Amino acid sequence: MSTDVLSRDTLYAASDRIFLRKKLVSIALPAVVLAYLAYVFFAFDILGLAERARWDNAQTLMSDTYSYKTHVTRDNRSGEVSVSIEGERKGNYPTGTAPDWVVRDGQSTRIDLGGGQIVTFLPENALRFEIPDYGVIEAAMSGREIKTNLTGDLPDWISASKSRLQITTDEGRVSLTRSKTEVFNYFFGWELFWFTLDSPYYGYSLTDILFGPQIVQGQSNIAGAVHDFWNNPMWHHNMVAWAIFETILMAFLGTFGAAIVALPLAFLAAKNFAPLMAVRFALRRVFDLFRGIDGLIWTIILARAFGPGPMTGALAILLTDTGSFGKMFSEALENVDSKQIEGVASTGAAKSHVYRFGVIPQITPILLSQVLYFFESNTRSATIIGAITGGGIGLLLTQAMLTQKDWEEVTYYIILVVLMVMLMDTVSGWLRNKLIKGE
Amino acid sequence: MTYIPMDTRSHYAALVRRKRLYGGLTLGIFALLMISGFGLANERNAGGFWTGLPQIFDFPAAVWADTAKHLAEIPAHLVHYFPALLETINIAAVSTLVGALFGTVLSLLSTRGLAPWPAMIPVFRRIMDILRAVPEIVIALMLIFVLGGGPVPAMIAIAFHTSGALGKLFSEVNENADLKPVEGLASVGAKWGQRMWLGVIPQVAPNYFSYGLLRFEINIRASAILGFVGAGGIGYELKNTMSWGQGKFDEAAAIFLLLFLTIVAFDQLSSYIRNRLISEGGH
Repeated sequence: MSTDVLSRDTLYAASDRIFLRKKLVSIALPAVVLAYLAYVFFAFDILGLAERARWDNAQTLMSDTYSYKTHVTRDNRSGEVSVSIEGERKGNYPTGTAPDWVVRDGQSTRIDLGGGQIVTFLPENALRFEIPDYGVIEAAMSGREIKTNLTGDLPDWISASKSRLQITTDEGRVSLTRSKTEVFNYFFGWELFWFTLDSPYYGYSLTDILFGPQIVQGQSNIAGAVHDFWNNPMWHHNMVAWAIFETILMAFLGTFGAAIVALPLAFLAAKNFAPLMAVRFALRRVFDLFRGIDGLIWTIILARAFGPGPMTGALAILLTDTGSFGKMFSEALENVDSKQIEGVASTGAAKSHVYRFGVIPQITPILLSQVLYFFESNTRSATIIGAITGGGIGLLLTQAMLTQKDWEEVTYYIILVVLMVMLMDTVSGWLRNKLIKGE
Repeated sequence: MTYIPMDTRSHYAALVRRKRLYGGLTLGIFALLMISGFGLANERNAGGFWTGLPQIFDFPAAVWADTAKHLAEIPAHLVHYFPALLETINIAAVSTLVGALFGTVLSLLSTRGLAPWPAMIPVFRRIMDILRAVPEIVIALMLIFVLGGGPVPAMIAIAFHTSGALGKLFSEVNENADLKPVEGLASVGAKWGQRMWLGVIPQVAPNYFSYGLLRFEINIRASAILGFVGAGGIGYELKNTMSWGQGKFDEAAAIFLLLFLTIVAFDQLSSYIRNRLISEGGH
């Protein structure tokens, strides 16, 4: 009886201790995480970040992703007026032509920005800007200075100095400097995505091209349109397609190359197949080394030897993944069922036949699914590695971002990268399902 | 019905032959793809594979030569770059924590039997797919443009990807969770948050932790590589030291060493903890 009481008391005490520990852990763990986050909050200077952030950059980025601008520029020395999309030579309207919102009338040019806002380029490098809710702004170059009719406190969307006048409204932007007068008019969409202005197919709809009369004599519409689209000098669709292909190629060669190298090595490093324990130990350390020298370091070392390009990226992935696959494959080999192997061996099969029919069929589904999983994630890595070694879509993406000008191109690349990765996900997921559940 | 054994055997032999033919064909196509792929990659590379091969040790040799000359300064370099390394590890740790938090919520919202709005499960799954699909570098570069260089863009970028990746793994864990505690809690009127926190999380926590550790390891590598494109930490320092060129590679060597040791250390540590978790779970 007394022993029962004693044991009951000790049990109570033990359970109390367990509960206390659980309570402590459930308070201490979130507390530690919170304390760590607080430390990082100050270590990363999150407060200072809000001040350093350039929200105007964010705005440019956002608006540029879904809109484009057309520049109307007057050279203030020659008086010549040109119209071009995104201000690029490739987007120039041929001389003498202009969109219908730009009307030339002898010496002056009238630009209708929409919303009742009208800019007029007047002779003698003068400018007149009618804004319905504000009034009329007049400005002109007088000698080397800009003279305007603006007085008093200016709203924050106008900035005026002796050498520069800039007016930004929700319809567009006007700027006047000594050398040129420029008007930006914003429109929705990605202009010239299909054809540039010099292509005969510009302005035609899909049905016109497919079923309409021949646009260029002696050439089928579809062939001509595909050619002009593919070689679009503004969007470079052919280059972009190549870059995507190069990125997938890097991932493919790296992943499967690593699998081919790692498979025989894994046999030497698996406990149940290793001929020598010393070899097994050495190989395991080699795998650790190859994995430990990260893809970044491999990329740097290899880029020095092979120069920039897809081969360098493929080899960097290959070397890192040889380490990972070597480790994973040898672990898979250590877990094989020995019954099948003994069964095959009992029929008097040669060593190679034992491997071929006793081991390989057991591990193939596991190995292939691991390899496919890596292939999928390496498509993403290849984008980053490409940015460093200079190959594939990663390079195009970083270049377009570093110039900080054509964000619609950046958006285009991002969409393509995401689609590429999702496609790879789907394909490899489908293949893995098929392999695991049997064909 | 007459039973003809020879026919069965020949049928079987034909099946085997066909299977071998398909297997052989697949292997052949694969070999062809690999060979032509390497040929193509080689052609588009700035330097060829065979011309580059003898030079592969030139750079490590140059780094080693510089290091050997300044061997006494290496410990000082290691100390000097340690804060940068700490930043890289912090980026990885915070992004893993934040990613795991969002991943947990997303996974609970997209697991059948646990989701509060079952009709929304496909929506949350697609959200996780998209989070996983956007490469870190894309978000990092965009945020660098807005927020300027530093650790925060990298952290947010990695956290984005991590929440998608962990969310998917976590929801697979959730599917195997026992629903009885959840039902028990529901019967006493617990709200959704309470049911998840008290009924599901204790069951899945060890598995979550193990996946989180694995992700942390991956994220250290990712944060180092993002540093190289301008997002702070040890990668950024590595890029700077690399640009100083021949004769000054000793600092780069110190960074290589730090990075290598960190990766190996966390690799070993996380596999040790994960093994212990698994063996504890077996008791």
